[in-house]
Amino acid sequence: MLNPDLKLNLKLFDLDVEVKPTRAGYGEGLLALGAKNPNVIALCADLTESTYNHLFAKMYPDRFFQVGVAEQNMAAIAAGLGISGKIPFMSSYAVFSPGKNWETIRTTIIYNQSNVKIAGHHAGIMTGPDGSTHQATEDIASIRSWPNIKILVPCDSIEGKKATIKAGEIKGPVYLRFTRDKTPIITTPETPFEIGEIQTFWTTDNPVVTIFAMGYMLYYALFAAKELETEKIKTLVVNVSTIKPFDEKTVFSLAKKTRAFVSVEDHQVMGGLGGTIAEFCAKNIPTVMEFVGLQNTFAESGTPRELIEKYKMGKNHIKAAVKKVMQRKIHLRCSD
Amino acid sequence: MEIVKNFSKQKITLKKLKDLKLKANKVRQLIIEMLLEAGSGHPGGALGMADIFTAFYFHILKHNPRNPSWNDRDRLVLSNGHICPVQYATMALSGYFPIEELKTLRKINSRLQGHPHRTALPGIETTSGALGEGLSQAIGIALAGNLDKKSHFIYCLTSDGEHEEGNIWEAVLFAAKNKLNNLIQVIDRNYIQIDGNTENIMPLDPLKEKYEAFNWNAIEVDGNDIKDFIEAIEKAKLSSNKPTVIIAKTILCKGVCFMENDYHWHGKPPNKEEAGKALVELKIKEKKLNA
Repeated sequence: MLNPDLKLNLKLFDLDVEVKPTRAGYGEGLLALGAKNPNVIALCADLTESTYNHLFAKMYPDRFFQVGVAEQNMAAIAAGLGISGKIPFMSSYAVFSPGKNWETIRTTIIYNQSNVKIAGHHAGIMTGPDGSTHQATEDIASIRSWPNIKILVPCDSIEGKKATIKAGEIKGPVYLRFTRDKTPIITTPETPFEIGEIQTFWTTDNPVVTIFAMGYMLYYALFAAKELETEKIKTLVVNVSTIKPFDEKTVFSLAKKTRAFVSVEDHQVMGGLGGTIAEFCAKNIPTVMEFVGLQNTFAESGTPRELIEKYKMGKNHIKAAVKKVMQRKIHLRCSD
Repeated sequence: MEIVKNFSKQKITLKKLKDLKLKANKVRQLIIEMLLEAGSGHPGGALGMADIFTAFYFHILKHNPRNPSWNDRDRLVLSNGHICPVQYATMALSGYFPIEELKTLRKINSRLQGHPHRTALPGIETTSGALGEGLSQAIGIALAGNLDKKSHFIYCLTSDGEHEEGNIWEAVLFAAKNKLNNLIQVIDRNYIQIDGNTENIMPLDPLKEKYEAFNWNAIEVDGNDIKDFIEAIEKAKLSSNKPTVIIAKTILCKGVCFMENDYHWHGKPPNKEEAGKALVELKIKEKKLNA
């Protein structure tokens, strides 16, 4: 069942569940930060409305900088602001930032330890009809090995707002990952949120598998868990809203508890959420795992729902992955 | 409040000019000694820019070597980080750290990284080494200065070779749009980059006209003439609504005859014999200046 301690959206499984893009939470969070702290600055590379910067730009025109279609320039300008006592938030689509300007961010923001917040929008195949040129599916893999960065992936717009505000309140570079399409509201304003904490959203007694979900994919994972329970397969579903720093302590205790994991992410299965878990487990507590995500391929144009099905990332694929990893766990025990 | 070095309001006397020339000579000697000790590094731009760095640290900059993070200081942002031996030498000579520390350049556990790193050494404004990124960072610093209603200047030193990076031109557009008159760029125009002459590799001229077309003030000077350079800076500081670029024509490896204008010296340090020869020449020049 949904963890009652977290005050989640009880209408989550209703057909008319409220939907909103996670990027809307970014806009609201940025606006709230702007009101609180005059040092908060926003920069955007000609995508002001689609990255939800328009709210801030309208309210604080003196603190909003339109840099045009120039992502490298945006990154290095933000770096200069960040080492001068400002708290710049820079936005573009994730394929362009941190994609196109990867090295600029590495040198001038990350290595330089500048207090910049990087918002990567339209991440994942959820970007839909724009096609693979606009679907960042390897952004986390490409930046996760940077020292000194925190990586946050909110599961809904409410968590998106909280993550944005928290990012502005801590010192140092943060990457925030947002999606384009409207996705179900999973949490409520009362749901606790802390950077670096994995939270159990679906709980049960004697679980056999833990499903780790990142971003809006948490919705599909929760649906899968609910349906699996009717088949008497008990799982935990955890929300990994922080990829870095990684909540190793919680992963360790979950590995001890269920001995089988499934990772679920709208990202390549290499180097993202699944990779992060696998690296930790291989070293500390070997655990059988299945990886739901984009399988070493680019996607294409289509509606988000069509793409999720075609690229085997939906609810039924998660259920199949759970069953597969259970079998592997049994085989492993037999071979012991 | 400690003594702040800010001489720029004073008129340059002949005595002062002689002193600056002697200091630039000393900086060149230090560069040769550092690079010999390091066994790698870039003498070309470092020697060529010794006059400009001396002018900055001993005349132009409002700064305090004993309090490098003083909030009202002028900012000197080095974009082409590979010429950092000249910055380290000038900083040491002006009191940021002991001159002996120059011998640690590029060595393990040193604050003097092969390319400058902001958090390694107080007084380095930003990390650089990847070309084309300094001007944008200087813009960010200039915007912050304007937002905070500060009156300091931001000087960004770039090279002609790095103008092949698109990022530079993105920054040039932005600075003009935002009328950043607190930003002064100095381009080391020595016509040389790693693979040879800039005009063979990727023609950049007419550079002054390019900048004027991009709505910048543009001034051309002899970058190895300290007096001319200081006058150009004073002129640039008067700009009311435009950023200014000073195109400083310099000679690669200026001051050491057998190295001057030879692109092979862009990134190759002198060996012991060559360094000895260079130091002899520089010491003779020092004597002549003192005479």
